Amino acid sequence: MANKTVANEHHGFPWKHLIGFVLSIVLTLFALWIALETDLSMTWILIIIFGFAFLQAALQLLMFMHVTENSTKSNLTSRVQIGNILFAAFVAIVIVIGSVWVMAAGHAKHDKHQHSPKTENHENHGGGSEHDSGEHGSHE
Amino acid sequence: MKWDEFFVTGDPMIYGADVSIVLTMVGILFYLTKYKKWKWLWDEWLTTVDHKKLGIMYIVSAVLMLFRGGVDALLMRTQLAVPEAKFLDSQHYNEIFTTHGTIMIIFMAMPFLIGLINVVVPLQIGARDVAYPYLNAVSFWTFFIGAMLFNISFVIGGSPSAGWTSYMPLASNELSPGPGQNYYLLGLQIAGIGTLLTGINFLVTILKMRAPGMTLFRMPMFTWSSLVTMVIIIFAFPILTVALALMTFDRLFGSHFFTLQGAGMDMLWANLFWLWGHPEVYIVILPAFGMFSEIISTFSRKTLFGYKAMIWSMLLIAGYSFLVWVHHFFTMGSGALVNSVFSITTMAIGIPTGVKIFNWLFTMYRGKIQFTTPMLWSLGFIVNFVIGGVTGVMLAMAAADYQYHNTYFLVSHFHYVLIAGTVFACFAGLIYWYPKMFGYKLNERIGKWVFWVFTIGFNVCFFPQYFLGLDGMPRRVYTYSEESGWGPLNMVSTIGGFMMGIAFLILVYNMYYSFRYAKRETTGDAWDGRTLEWSTPTAMPPFYNFAKIPEVTGLDHFWRQKQAGKVEKLKVEDIKPIHMPSNSGVPFIMASFFFVAGFGMVFDWMWMAIAGMIGVFATLFYRSFEYDDGYYVSVEEVIETEKISK
Ligand code: HEM
Ligand SMILES: [Cu+2]
Repeated sequence: MANKTVANEHHGFPWKHLIGFVLSIVLTLFALWIALETDLSMTWILIIIFGFAFLQAALQLLMFMHVTENSTKSNLTSRVQIGNILFAAFVAIVIVIGSVWVMAAGHAKHDKHQHSPKTENHENHGGGSEHDSGEHGSHE
Repeated sequence: MKWDEFFVTGDPMIYGADVSIVLTMVGILFYLTKYKKWKWLWDEWLTTVDHKKLGIMYIVSAVLMLFRGGVDALLMRTQLAVPEAKFLDSQHYNEIFTTHGTIMIIFMAMPFLIGLINVVVPLQIGARDVAYPYLNAVSFWTFFIGAMLFNISFVIGGSPSAGWTSYMPLASNELSPGPGQNYYLLGLQIAGIGTLLTGINFLVTILKMRAPGMTLFRMPMFTWSSLVTMVIIIFAFPILTVALALMTFDRLFGSHFFTLQGAGMDMLWANLFWLWGHPEVYIVILPAFGMFSEIISTFSRKTLFGYKAMIWSMLLIAGYSFLVWVHHFFTMGSGALVNSVFSITTMAIGIPTGVKIFNWLFTMYRGKIQFTTPMLWSLGFIVNFVIGGVTGVMLAMAAADYQYHNTYFLVSHFHYVLIAGTVFACFAGLIYWYPKMFGYKLNERIGKWVFWVFTIGFNVCFFPQYFLGLDGMPRRVYTYSEESGWGPLNMVSTIGGFMMGIAFLILVYNMYYSFRYAKRETTGDAWDGRTLEWSTPTAMPPFYNFAKIPEVTGLDHFWRQKQAGKVEKLKVEDIKPIHMPSNSGVPFIMASFFFVAGFGMVFDWMWMAIAGMIGVFATLFYRSFEYDDGYYVSVEEVIETEKISK
């Protein structure tokens, strides 16, 4: 049920969306190129593509997600918007930091070194090293 | 690829399935043609954007999927009834538990709940449809096509067999060659689009389309639970989308996100899967909680106890549900710190859940309880769900979980929460809102038989599995030895499984029986309800739901109106032309192109995938340039429909 006033605001050519769309694709292709075609070190590749990722997230918030629009219509709408953004930030942080933490702690980190001999250093373990060494028997 | 690889061959059961599929198709085509129903089908169903009809289609599909998943379950139980049975071989068994789990969660539980949400929520908030009716049709059709794509796998190309969790490296090309696993990836991906769109659609609907006066804290509990569910969907489903896409890349285009070679991280799949997967279990339980809240309050003749506490505990659950995922792989060995942290968060999530249980109990306390079938299911839920929750907290202790993990103890836990929670709710909600959808109630006497046979069967089936698990029986094994001593309890469990199957058949019979013989409802208020969906004058609301949008003054508005003897009568002066959205065939056509694209990807036929995607984009493009602002229902037509005299 199209709300008339909303529909009218959106007439005219959607330049904002088009630019956002094209820039998103360009940034993605660029990241791909950096990762596949350059011989930068792993650290630099990571830094650069993370940079692109943040840039793209910001771009999409600006171009598609109306992040700058604030609602004067109702208190509820702006509260919902703020709650939404905060929850999104919470989930994003949990996903990224949580995954890195979980995948890098303890035995999980072997996952990356399937074929390398046992070279783990115990300082990196997520806490209880007695526990870890206890498990080694069953792991091998 | 040769034809005998394309079609699954060699198993008499599969041939039987082939024959029955062909016969059913021929039967349907014959029926539609003979009774000239094609136009009816297209106009009334395939192109509809009416939330009630879409909801009914969701529910019908879900019941069909319940049947399919149920047959899978009984095949597995038959194989496990006795030690060293030869009924299914290991590969076939693996395929069946994989399709069973995936279908039950993604294609049964979710659509069943989403179907009920579709039917009920717009009515409960006094709206005429959802915020984006067209998008709602896209949601349904992408879900349906995703489900069909997944389901044909067992006759065309072979089913996935790496479990509903599809852990890598088992699900990789090396260990799961062939199209099976691709069906999983593409079927879920396409259906996932629909789910995500539903999330957005209903979030906006609930926030923006409530009747005047219905503030957030006056919304019925089912609407609240749907709102929270939609928030979880919006934030959790993209994780699955990305994970599925990455695995699709691994399988089709040779990338190394989760592979063993090329510095891939196989456990990262498990990590991402459960980052979605745990919120997912709350997606399928929160609407269930909402329905039980409505039903318990209606049949205790009391306002829900602790309304605000219920809401806050749901919001807490929504946040928490993103903080516990590692409890599904404590045994990966992330070390004591990680496991302890997730152990504690997991136990903490039990607290808001416990709060809700007490709220239901206090709602019933001193209420005038009516033991209708929906109420029986709700009472059964409370008792059995607590067993599931308690064993959940046991599993949450990381150290103990090393013992329980991957055993039948776990299998029993999640069936106690998923069946006694979600499935009981689906039955309860279906029976409760049946008169809203079809204009008559299901027979109560037969309904009580269904309840008792199912609930007893459920406990006979799953309670012994706790002990099998403690005795060391691993999950996902296709057979076991005589010496293990697991035979007798497995036999008991199988008997319980078949009892549930029988209960399902009685339920279907009840649908037929009630269709034939049930007394038709003459008012919109079949159960003496409390919320707005019961306030429509006719049993089944007209397509525009409300001739006049109600004005809400508080919680349980309709109930309080009835108590005060002040139910508003519709007056001719109040009627104004009603703005409604037009039907559209595009969502159905778009989803059909998704099928072509998905099928092409499954078999790695890129020409077909590309052709399908071009079709999808063409429909998107078409829609972008289609200016259709809907139409107006005239005052005369409303008067005619509402049968009021001038
Ligand atoms: C009191 C709340 C709950 C707690 C503490 C809890 C805890 C757990 C834990 C620790 C596991 C992992 C065990 C293992 O793999 O060894 C698990 C598995 C599972 N839980 Fe729960 N749970 C709770 C509620 C629920 C609910 C409400 C649902 C769904 C409606 C659910 C569905 C599942 C499923 C499907 C699995 C197994 C998935 C698989 O491995 O295939 N749980 N639960
Ligand atoms: Cu979980």
